[in-house]
Amino acid sequence: MNPRDAYTSLPRDGAVSLTSVVELRHVSLAFEDKQVLDDVSFRVGAAETLVLLGVTGSGKSVLLKLILGLLKPDAGEVLIEGQNLAPLSEAQLYPFRQRMGIVFQEGALFDSLSVHENVAYRLREERMTDEAKIEQQVRQVLRFVEMEDAIEKMPAELSGGMRRRVSIARAIVSHPAIMLYDSPTAGLDPVTAHTINLLIAKLRDVQRVSSLVVTHRLADAFALANYTYSVEKQALIPASTDGGPGQRVPTQFLVLRDGATYFWGSTDELTAAQDPYLQKFLA
Amino acid sequence: MINALIDRFVKRKVMAVQEFTELLISSVRHAFSPPRYLIDTLVQMDVIGFGSLPIVLLTGFFTGGVLALQTYRTLSTFGETGLLGQVVALSMVRELGPVLTALMVAGRNSSGIASEIGSMLVSEQIDAMRALGTDPLRKLVTPRLYAAIATLPLLTVLSDFFGMLGGAVVSMSTARLSSAEYWTSAYQALEFADVVQGLTKPFFFAVIVALVGCYFGLHTRGGTEGVGRSTTRAVVAACVLILVLDFFYTKFLIAVGFF
Repeated sequence: MNPRDAYTSLPRDGAVSLTSVVELRHVSLAFEDKQVLDDVSFRVGAAETLVLLGVTGSGKSVLLKLILGLLKPDAGEVLIEGQNLAPLSEAQLYPFRQRMGIVFQEGALFDSLSVHENVAYRLREERMTDEAKIEQQVRQVLRFVEMEDAIEKMPAELSGGMRRRVSIARAIVSHPAIMLYDSPTAGLDPVTAHTINLLIAKLRDVQRVSSLVVTHRLADAFALANYTYSVEKQALIPASTDGGPGQRVPTQFLVLRDGATYFWGSTDELTAAQDPYLQKFLA
Repeated sequence: MINALIDRFVKRKVMAVQEFTELLISSVRHAFSPPRYLIDTLVQMDVIGFGSLPIVLLTGFFTGGVLALQTYRTLSTFGETGLLGQVVALSMVRELGPVLTALMVAGRNSSGIASEIGSMLVSEQIDAMRALGTDPLRKLVTPRLYAAIATLPLLTVLSDFFGMLGGAVVSMSTARLSSAEYWTSAYQALEFADVVQGLTKPFFFAVIVALVGCYFGLHTRGGTEGVGRSTTRAVVAACVLILVLDFFYTKFLIAVGFF
């Protein structure tokens, strides 16, 4: 598939929603003389997953920041639920950011605040004053990520994997519809990475959030594409496409190369691709 | 090559002045609309004000003491050691108190602010703040600015007093002046213009202490090494700006006939 045609053709399998929650149209961005993103387009529907793959420096993290409105594109549109973010001021972006949660690469926890205060941060910013309700919601999400015991600890006392889990809890405390993950398993051992993948799948499959996952670990990408979370077993099970339990969640892959879209398609299309660059990725 | 030189020495400097001015205007403006972070402001008042108290008092005390020591040698040749109180009081209240206090506070707090905010920037905590619905300027800069404005004048007053106290200790021990002689001379020398000059300077210095630290922190680039560079630059820039501003403000007051 010609990468330039990727935007106009939809993936063949999986039910891709025609109503997109996140859509980028011909987005370009440069920092000084370096073209970071070049005419990138894609869309993600409700309750769908997009996995962003690419080597270091290909613009993946910059894409997430554009979606959050932390950066503005030089050209193109970034639409969240149909609204273009580019012309909005910082204050006007806040209602859109309330609909999104982000997990940064190293967690980005506020190191002067405890786990409790980190997770409660968004609730306090939304002017919630009922301490009992704050406590209840904080404990609920920490229970979801299995970190309730660490509620009074400081970030410096947590391991890398624990910080990622608290970061997920902080991102989901106000029930966002869209979750952004920036290399959530980077630097983690395989066991801890599996725990993070399980949480991402659990959030996706139980809460039905749309997910954009940046990663350069193909194993994690395929784990999310080919497995679903089973509430009964509390574990990942192979996803099915025949309507049985563990229905496969529509997942697309976007491969970036030098800031441009190199591939946009389904899991099956990626694994069947004969392109030498993609083959090197899949090897 | 000429374009590169113009870019480096002119465009970037002009851009820095523009960005600093924007930071000043927005951080002042934020206090007049919600959300306001009063708890953060109080915390910063404790950090900047109370935390700087020991170093400010020590600086004031020993500055006044050494001023009295050095001045005593000259005054004693004319038999005018009775003027020691006047010399110490005027020097401390007009210049040394405000400037040295601001320099000490800048050295301690501009660096701390730059390193704290710079560390937050490189570890994506600033981005996390924005993603969670917080304006980093409201949360981080405005509280520090108003905390510095509230506490630096108070620290200056204490520094002035401790400076006069240091001068008194030296005057009584070395020049054998009586306490009444020293303090009467010090009190009578001070005029309204001296006090106004000495207490208006800290307000401007406070803006420099807080905003220079915030500016360099928010413009940190390059990881932990960048944080170190920002910290150093913040202290140097703050100290230089304090001295430059002191000179021009004093010249301005003289020009308008204030004293």
